[in-house]
Amino acid sequence: MSNQDALIEIRDVCKLFTDDGDEKQAVDHISLTIRRHEFVTLLGPSGCGKTTTLRMIAGFETPTSGAIYIDGKDVSAVPPYKRKVNTVFQRYALFPHLNVADNIAFGLTVKKLPKDVIAQKVDAMLRMVGLQGYNKRKVTSLSGGEQQRVAIARALVNEPEVLLLDEPLGALDLKKRKEMQIELKNMQQKLGITFVYVTHDQEEALTMSDTVVVMRGGTIQQVGTPQDIYNEPRNRFVADFIGESNIIDGIMPEDERVVIGDVSLDCVDKGFAPNEPVDVVIRPEDIYIVTQSDKGQFKGTVESVVFKGVHYEMQVRDTAGFLWLIQDTSMFAEGMEVGLIVRPEDIHIMRKSDDPNAAVYREEEAL
Amino acid sequence: MRKLKLFALPYILWMVVFTVLPMFLIVYYAFTNAPGNSAPTLEHFFKAIDPMYMKILLRSIWIAFLCTALCLLLGYPVAFLLARARNGAVWSLFFILPMWMNFLLRTYAWMSILENTGILNSLFVAMGLGQMELLYNENAVILGMVYNFLPFMILPIYTNLQKQDVSLLEAAQDLGCNGWRVFTRVTLPLSMPGVVSGITMVFMPAVTTFAISRLLSGGKFMLFGDIIEQQYLSTGNWNVGSMLSLIMLAIILLSMGLMGRFGSDTKDGGGML
Repeated sequence: MSNQDALIEIRDVCKLFTDDGDEKQAVDHISLTIRRHEFVTLLGPSGCGKTTTLRMIAGFETPTSGAIYIDGKDVSAVPPYKRKVNTVFQRYALFPHLNVADNIAFGLTVKKLPKDVIAQKVDAMLRMVGLQGYNKRKVTSLSGGEQQRVAIARALVNEPEVLLLDEPLGALDLKKRKEMQIELKNMQQKLGITFVYVTHDQEEALTMSDTVVVMRGGTIQQVGTPQDIYNEPRNRFVADFIGESNIIDGIMPEDERVVIGDVSLDCVDKGFAPNEPVDVVIRPEDIYIVTQSDKGQFKGTVESVVFKGVHYEMQVRDTAGFLWLIQDTSMFAEGMEVGLIVRPEDIHIMRKSDDPNAAVYREEEAL
Repeated sequence: MRKLKLFALPYILWMVVFTVLPMFLIVYYAFTNAPGNSAPTLEHFFKAIDPMYMKILLRSIWIAFLCTALCLLLGYPVAFLLARARNGAVWSLFFILPMWMNFLLRTYAWMSILENTGILNSLFVAMGLGQMELLYNENAVILGMVYNFLPFMILPIYTNLQKQDVSLLEAAQDLGCNGWRVFTRVTLPLSMPGVVSGITMVFMPAVTTFAISRLLSGGKFMLFGDIIEQQYLSTGNWNVGSMLSLIMLAIILLSMGLMGRFGSDTKDGGGML
């Protein structure tokens, strides 16, 4: 193996589902290396193949082609119950006929560990997830958040090499979700277990992960740290999916210069062909508004203002007709003539050819 | 509210005329020398606990127990296969379809299969095995009962298994269970409500059955249901017949109570049909 630290290697894996003669390519030639102790998030909209990928690592689905290696061994023919991975299911999947302690002990009793050892481990787990004394409770009487904790404890008590989490916080309310995000991250760091986390929530992915894998239509769009993904999205889809952004067509006449409409701007990107058409990404918080419209790089009129708590979110239509999304702590009234300024380092240039879905995207926009 | 109560009236009337009134009459006949003498008496009770009747009662319970056990043994695997099959709903029709025919008709069909000149024996003779005494014995009665009551075992278990959450089975696999262990540790315990209602639905009619036993045993062999029928229709002793029915009723209530205690731990799922 090339990388000593590599724990899971997904090599050129495809998954085809056949349903009544209809074929659906759920996962399309993906390759990915997950390192030991890493918190990896598979992020994407529904139907992007993230859950299928997770289920293939768990062993519930078999790749149509390609192979998955765990610890350097091809696990394609290994059934789920022999894999050193455990899963936290989307709807928890707690056993309704067992109480909290028996649910957590399930994996250990299958391994036929001595009773006192099991009891000890179960208690330690309950303490870790903050449910001391819940041993004899019925799982059906617990709240969503408590069930979630039991599900996590039930998986972690087996001391797996990898913990797979399939949208585990999806059913919780916002406040609980935020708490659990931090708790999960702390647990992962304390235990040093590799987490593979599936979500469609970009904020969750950015908050918790060491590495984010952005997926779409069964393919991997970008792999990187949360900062990379946010600051340097590789294509329009990633830029659009991760946070809010202004994506506008531009041309690069030369290095470190981009032309949007008839406005020429300094930027820090280089290495493009002369006059190459590009996608320009500017985050809403990176645009400054000035009241003297002549002082701005773009001139425009404020079309709407929404108070968002920390900041105001404004839409400004420039003279070329593009509608900019801007976040600013100061409020600029509707109908006001303003100027917009962007710093060179906040302009991010993407090659149109980098986007495998560019054609699809243009089609979607045309509709 | 008042209007809604009005809608319940026909139902209440129906219940009174066809359920409560007959029940009351049975109790009245059991404890009096009606018609004519309405003085309370325990005379019929002592007649009913005659060792001959009690022997038949025990045999009825034993046969019903055997029939229920056989139905469970046969029905569970069938229900399991149906629940896992791609077209389970279609296949289950094969088990429901016979129920749309009158059970007497089906029992007569079995008689023509089993009788000495019947299909099976013709086959045996043709194969050189010689004729076998298949009809008019205890085995024929049990066969007929199992055949008639099997769908009542299959359906509640099938319904339960089909509703089971697939992710629970995956969770069990994930936690180290192979196929057999997934079954014993998750599928089976979760299907208990279905099993309980299946047992109830087979045991009840089995313990009170009469026509099947009379036809398939050729009258050689009486069950408790046959005795009650006889008291009413041939002996004409409605009082003893009523007392015997009450004893039967008590046994059914007792076994239902027992099953209820089993079922109470595992609410929902299963469900009666």
